[in-house]
Amino acid sequence: MDYVIIGNSAAGIGAVEGIRRVDREGKITIISDEEYSAYSRPLISYYLADKVTQEEMKYRPDEFYNQNNVDAKLGIKVTEVNEDDKKVLLEDDEEVTYDKLLVATGGAPFIPEMKGVNKENISNFIKLDDAKAIASDIKESEAEEVVILGAGLIGLKAAEALIKKGLKVTVVELADRVLSAILDKEAADLVQEHLEEAGINFILEDTIIEFLGDEKVTGVKLKSGQELDCDLAVVAVGVKPNVSIVKGTNVEVNRGLVVNDKLETNIDDIYAAGDVSEGYDMLHEMAGVIPIWPNAYNQGLVAGQNMAGSNESYREGFARNAIGFFDLSMITAGIINPATDEYEVLIDKVEEDKVYKKIVLKDGKIVGFIYLNDVDRAGILTGLIKEQKGVEDIKNQLLADDFGYIDFDKEWRTQKLAE
Amino acid sequence: MKKVYAREEYCLGCKLCEVYCVTNHSQSKDIIKAYKLEEVTSRIIVETKGAVSFALQCRHCEGSPCVKACITGAMQKDEETGIVDYDEDKCVGCWTCIMACPFGAVKRDEFGNKVISKCDLCAEEGEPACVENCPNAALIFEDREVEEVC
Repeated sequence: MDYVIIGNSAAGIGAVEGIRRVDREGKITIISDEEYSAYSRPLISYYLADKVTQEEMKYRPDEFYNQNNVDAKLGIKVTEVNEDDKKVLLEDDEEVTYDKLLVATGGAPFIPEMKGVNKENISNFIKLDDAKAIASDIKESEAEEVVILGAGLIGLKAAEALIKKGLKVTVVELADRVLSAILDKEAADLVQEHLEEAGINFILEDTIIEFLGDEKVTGVKLKSGQELDCDLAVVAVGVKPNVSIVKGTNVEVNRGLVVNDKLETNIDDIYAAGDVSEGYDMLHEMAGVIPIWPNAYNQGLVAGQNMAGSNESYREGFARNAIGFFDLSMITAGIINPATDEYEVLIDKVEEDKVYKKIVLKDGKIVGFIYLNDVDRAGILTGLIKEQKGVEDIKNQLLADDFGYIDFDKEWRTQKLAE
Repeated sequence: MKKVYAREEYCLGCKLCEVYCVTNHSQSKDIIKAYKLEEVTSRIIVETKGAVSFALQCRHCEGSPCVKACITGAMQKDEETGIVDYDEDKCVGCWTCIMACPFGAVKRDEFGNKVISKCDLCAEEGEPACVENCPNAALIFEDREVEEVC
């Protein structure tokens, strides 16, 4: 059996490990346009802030590829997938045939139409090479001021790293708050305050319409008319599934590559996993792209097992994030801004400690939560979401400081802990 | 695999399991020194409410959602022993494992270091220190031959 995996990050590595759980013999080829052994993408902000070295970013030990008998073709692009002849074409004209193919090409930065966006010293912040480019731009241009477009996870991690590098940082965001995808307004205000204390300037409800300067960026012009000087800019508006590789095939693409619970696309023997895929979001009860690391690894693992002949399903997809900025940690999951009144919301807030906890319930079950600056044991809630366990009878305990297994009825608790 | 199980009907919530966990994971292996001179976080959580109490630590579960979620590769499940353990040097304290663990069994370092702390079953010893030192035998170390799913 010949397995080909396009993409060498969380989903691709998950797939290798999934295949090898089932098939120790088959040939695995992993292809990536990045030249590096698998590394932790979320660590690029740590790298930029000089907290970790490139060596320390390795997601798996050096012997991983050998031990798993993987032919790693790194630093080379796949130019075409041919579903009829079951082969992929590489940019150096090599052809690699497959019995089972996994597309795990991740996300690509979304870059809106903006005048001057192609100038030098303007970067994205998704891959290690982006972090390297920013680091070298800072060095070569002796950059002092950066404007970051986007106050999402990526934009703010870039902002944190660049503050730590000693730059003056301004973040421009179209929404009325930071981290709008993972926080509600209350929590976002606390986080914003914390980030401002750390030195980040925010301009909300505005956006960049033009990057100024000749070859290199020297400033930005905002929609409001305001102009800001900068010698570096980061565009972090969002990430979209990197689907270009399947153009010319019949693989169904909605926002991402549409997959079923087995991570199969509509085309036989072609699977997709990770940020490029659009699987099932169990909380929204519909298909959705869930571009987060644990989801990518889990999908890759299940895809790999199935490619090797197992019959596994993955139905645990929902958004969840653990992240922190300047020692302010947060874990959030699921539906955190319920739009209708079929949801019940529990809130606990200690403003002076920047602690905010919110739990969202629907039909007596947890469907989302925010834990800000008090993240301990958050996984119990994640587990309850996955399990869709009714919590009506312990609702009043959920936000207590000492909430734990002791609050559940003895039978359930004993059974859980006795396993 | 052999795991630590709590028998809550015998637990008094005395937290000696925590004390011996800290001691056994210290450099000195000495109770006083471990508490006074070292910064060691216990890998156990003792839950107490009213008359009920029990100790809870990593279940070293088969599904290991913490391992799957770990963004750096620091958390791994040993294929042979089944023990879930982490590489302190690779852990950056992102707390993704805390988000993932349905038992709430992964702790943050209590001394402000950006690193987690969790049960390793005292892998280098015979019996885990918490089990060995529980005065009421409220913790037992045995193989129940069940494969739980997380």
